[in-house]
Amino acid sequence: MKFTKDWLDVHLKTNKSESQIIQKLNNIGLEVEKVEPVKNELSEFIVAKIVKANKHPNADRLKLCDVDIGKKEILKVVCGAPNARDGLLTIYAPPGSVIPKNGMKLEVSKIRGETSYGMLCSESELKLSNESEGIIDLNDKYKTKIGKSFFDEKKGKNVIELSITPNRPDCLGVRGIARDLSASNFGKLKEPRKSKVKKNIKHNLKIKIEKNKNQACSIFGSCIIKNIKNTESPGWLKNRILALGLRPISAVVDITNYVMFDLNRPLHAYDLDKIKNKITVRNSKKGENFKALDNKNYTLDKDMCVISDDEGVLGLGGIIGGERSGTEKHTKNILLESAYFDPAIIRKTAKKLDLKSDAKFRFERGVDPQSVNAGLDSAVELILEICGGEVSKFDVQQIKKFKDLEIKFDPKMVSKTIGTNIKTNEIKKILLNLGFTVKTKGKFLNVKVPSWRPDIFGEIDLVEEVIRIVGFEKIKSIEPEKKRTKPTLNFFQKHFHLAQRSVASKGYLETITWSFTDEKINNKFKEKLESVKIVNPISSELNVLRNSLYPNLIFYLEKNLNRGFGDQALFEIGPTFTGKKPGQQITVVCGIKKQSIDEDNYLKKNNLVDVFHIKKDLVQSLTELGINKEDFKIDENTPSYYHPGISGSIVSKDGNLVLGHFGALHPKIISNTFGFEIFLENLVNYKAKNSKTKESLTFSDYQKSDRDFAFLVNKNTKAQDLTEVIQKVDKDLIKEIKIFDVYEGENIPSDKKSIALKVTIQSDHKTLNETDLTNISKKIINTVEEKTGAKLRS
Amino acid sequence: MSDFEKKFLEFKSRLNGTQDSKEIESIRTDIFSKNGFINSQFKKLGSLSENEKKTFASNINKAKQELLEIFRAKATEVSDKDLNEKIKKEKIDVTLPEKEFKIGKIHPVSQVIDEISCIFSEIGFSVEEGPDVENDYNNFTALNTPEDHPAKDMHDTFYLDENMKTLLRTHTSPVQVRTMLKGKPPFKIIAPGRTYRSDSDQTHTPMFHQLEGLHIDKNINMGHLKGCLNYFIKEFFEVDKIKMRFRPSHFPFTEPSAEVDIGYRIEKNKIIIGEGDKWLEVLGCGMVHPNVLKNCKVDPKIYQGFAFGIGIDRLAMLKYGINDLRSFFECDYRWLNYYGFDPLDVPTNYRGLSK
Repeated sequence: MKFTKDWLDVHLKTNKSESQIIQKLNNIGLEVEKVEPVKNELSEFIVAKIVKANKHPNADRLKLCDVDIGKKEILKVVCGAPNARDGLLTIYAPPGSVIPKNGMKLEVSKIRGETSYGMLCSESELKLSNESEGIIDLNDKYKTKIGKSFFDEKKGKNVIELSITPNRPDCLGVRGIARDLSASNFGKLKEPRKSKVKKNIKHNLKIKIEKNKNQACSIFGSCIIKNIKNTESPGWLKNRILALGLRPISAVVDITNYVMFDLNRPLHAYDLDKIKNKITVRNSKKGENFKALDNKNYTLDKDMCVISDDEGVLGLGGIIGGERSGTEKHTKNILLESAYFDPAIIRKTAKKLDLKSDAKFRFERGVDPQSVNAGLDSAVELILEICGGEVSKFDVQQIKKFKDLEIKFDPKMVSKTIGTNIKTNEIKKILLNLGFTVKTKGKFLNVKVPSWRPDIFGEIDLVEEVIRIVGFEKIKSIEPEKKRTKPTLNFFQKHFHLAQRSVASKGYLETITWSFTDEKINNKFKEKLESVKIVNPISSELNVLRNSLYPNLIFYLEKNLNRGFGDQALFEIGPTFTGKKPGQQITVVCGIKKQSIDEDNYLKKNNLVDVFHIKKDLVQSLTELGINKEDFKIDENTPSYYHPGISGSIVSKDGNLVLGHFGALHPKIISNTFGFEIFLENLVNYKAKNSKTKESLTFSDYQKSDRDFAFLVNKNTKAQDLTEVIQKVDKDLIKEIKIFDVYEGENIPSDKKSIALKVTIQSDHKTLNETDLTNISKKIINTVEEKTGAKLRS
Repeated sequence: MSDFEKKFLEFKSRLNGTQDSKEIESIRTDIFSKNGFINSQFKKLGSLSENEKKTFASNINKAKQELLEIFRAKATEVSDKDLNEKIKKEKIDVTLPEKEFKIGKIHPVSQVIDEISCIFSEIGFSVEEGPDVENDYNNFTALNTPEDHPAKDMHDTFYLDENMKTLLRTHTSPVQVRTMLKGKPPFKIIAPGRTYRSDSDQTHTPMFHQLEGLHIDKNINMGHLKGCLNYFIKEFFEVDKIKMRFRPSHFPFTEPSAEVDIGYRIEKNKIIIGEGDKWLEVLGCGMVHPNVLKNCKVDPKIYQGFAFGIGIDRLAMLKYGINDLRSFFECDYRWLNYYGFDPLDVPTNYRGLSK
């Protein structure tokens, strides 16, 4: 919403300055977004310099000039003036500007095959003089003004732009802003002028609102004005229209726009002579068609609110008028409409047709239903003053009654809500100044809501009105109490936090990537999950919710590779989606690691990243999260996006919960890259179920002994199975099993491998003697051979 | 000179004369082993008279003691000499690079969430969470945003079905609804998380982070809201004083509603928070609307309180001088390294928020 101080003065008698007003507006909830110098009709005409006047290739008399208008780019402008020459300072008119002399609107056009961006002007074209020979020749003083407007903007006059919240349609008119300011002790709201216009002629056009289902129009007020001269608007009106950022068109159109911004009261003017017979406000039929004032054709759905005559649709009620009945310069007789349309239906129709207009913007937020006559009065007065003519009596068709809401208001609510005491008298005064009527009834106030405030429903809305005007700075701040009754983080959140820092401490950079991804990439990772599609994605590359963290991580890893970073470890902790219902999501920690192949580097030579590096990162993090090695086992089954031979899963001891995966990613997806996933909910649930209180520490001081074994086993025998079998031989005596060598090759059958391990044996009760040790060793060998088919290597 | 003395002197001079660790070892064996010099002398004691025995034994012991001392001194001397020679040969160019290590980093958004949690923890808030996918009831309706309310214009929402019933939450406010519906007042929570709007340009990303705050009890008023936010902003920016302004605004789920601006100035292209005559909007807040409380089965006649919503990414940008919101999600290796935080740098109450 835009306005100027002098426009505000029409409604508000105030001695406050513009800057005081701006500050006040911010304080009462009418946020000032911008303050800019007023633009006038001529601001677009800019001082420019002809850098070079080239010959036009196809016309002897024309020149193709390179013009500097103070921007980065030099423009090409075709010019026929004999005085166009290199270095000339002149005035440039951009495409879209209107030449004052003839009212011609400039467009980018081709002149004899060369495109011309705008025009260089003569004095007569700008109505500066009658000089039309050649273009303006400015003196050197203007050298420093290239790119600046030639006609000085009026100093000290500003357009104030407000960002009005959707609950305050009344402030989409200058009068509403004035009312709020007057309620804040910033002046006195002026009484509206009483109309003195005589309404002499007959309103002889039949108007009917059809009682359709969901009829959007409940009031249609109108009058006829005959014998007008639809001229150009006078200067003051043009300036106000320009201040709004609109272009003056004709007096009638400018006046309807003016009243809309003045009173938040949209109006529409029809050329009366173009209306066939009568006006019917009705719901549209499917497929009805009309050309709107924006020069576009619209095909309507069923049940949109249209204003029609016997020939068809004239316009979309409350949104946009039609071209067929539009006013023109030579229009003599008009019908002026002031109606009320239902916000929700307007909104729905405009959304469906993707139509925006200032009227629609206001009707969908709520226009004062009691302002039908005031709007007509205000416009009629101006039209008669500027265009002459005679006006009819007002015809108001109404199919619904509007009743002002009454609220029983306990003024104590104010201090209860804000914590600071405000006297009832002050509350009453504020509400009165905002246009409410207030009657005291015992401890309560009976408050009647003015018809222009569709946002006020109950007591709390009145509290807001009061505190808004009193000022938030009056609320006394209360220091927060430093007291904690509940833990800040719950069990899961603690593990989230720990997992994040644990993985980062292994050298991984934390990333945050979109929760959505490209379906094509996601498909490689979704396994049995369904794709969760976004109906209105931001782009086709971000069209599904991610089923895995890998697609985005790999995408960005590759981007970094292209930037030249070969060694990378990235991770993310965040949601992946298992379905489209709320809650169908899990928290995953996913790390990904790639090492550039640089075997010449002496530091890396024996330390290339392999699956056991990634396994180490994962297992170490699990350990830090409180899941110890004896709590899980490794399973060879992994999702298809891992290399089937070089990957594993971490599962709970009972095999029921998958805590994570690790391994080389499938070479078809990305080569030579390793990754891991941790499923945090599973991990936390598992830990919660198996949480043991830490026993007090005991350790044996008796001598411990190591015994080495080397077993020849089948190639597909897993080391994990071997150690498990050994562990079970004697849980008390066997303290540790360490694999120290795995060997395949010479001296070993090709379907076998040798696994060498060191078993640490220690008793908690005595020093084991040679016989004890021999016995347990024998037992180990026998059990292993029996259970796994292994043979001890001699 | 007795044979004993002769031998003694011979060993003494042998020890003194050597510089070789192996020879020292062999001399040690000759003197102190089972059949060495000392033991063989003691064996002679048996054939001596009591008187001679006493004198001779004392002589042997003296000799043993002296030889032991010489031996020890010599052994130390030689081993020191050997070590020194060895060390001399062990010169390594220590300017060669160390074994490679990688420092991981915590994303600034995560760090800021931890900082914020730390601050609110101190004044008794606990952390709640909600799902990223929400139904339209929790995201809009329960929060007093009716079907056709123009406030929906501000939310260009990602929908997961044509009927517009499931969506990606446009703010963290649905966590308020979930928290109140599953528990009993009082409520004192913050809820950080991902939020989504169909918006993408210089200053908007389709996903961003918000922090919701909610404090509902009997008698919680706007004074508490002011105090709470003032405390938070001061702690977060780690300044003693902060210029703050509450501006009335409108959100469907709070009434009265306010936007909060903080004062700042620009100095040498850097933004200085807390002073100056420019204003920067940092958050929205207000008293929870009675309709929201009703929708969440909380009696607004007994309970009232405040809620606020903070843009986490924006706070991170302000505190750590990051210019481009989009860079948060572009995962540029250099950016992550530069703006990321050491994982050991955990914000705490006692050590302070930042290093």
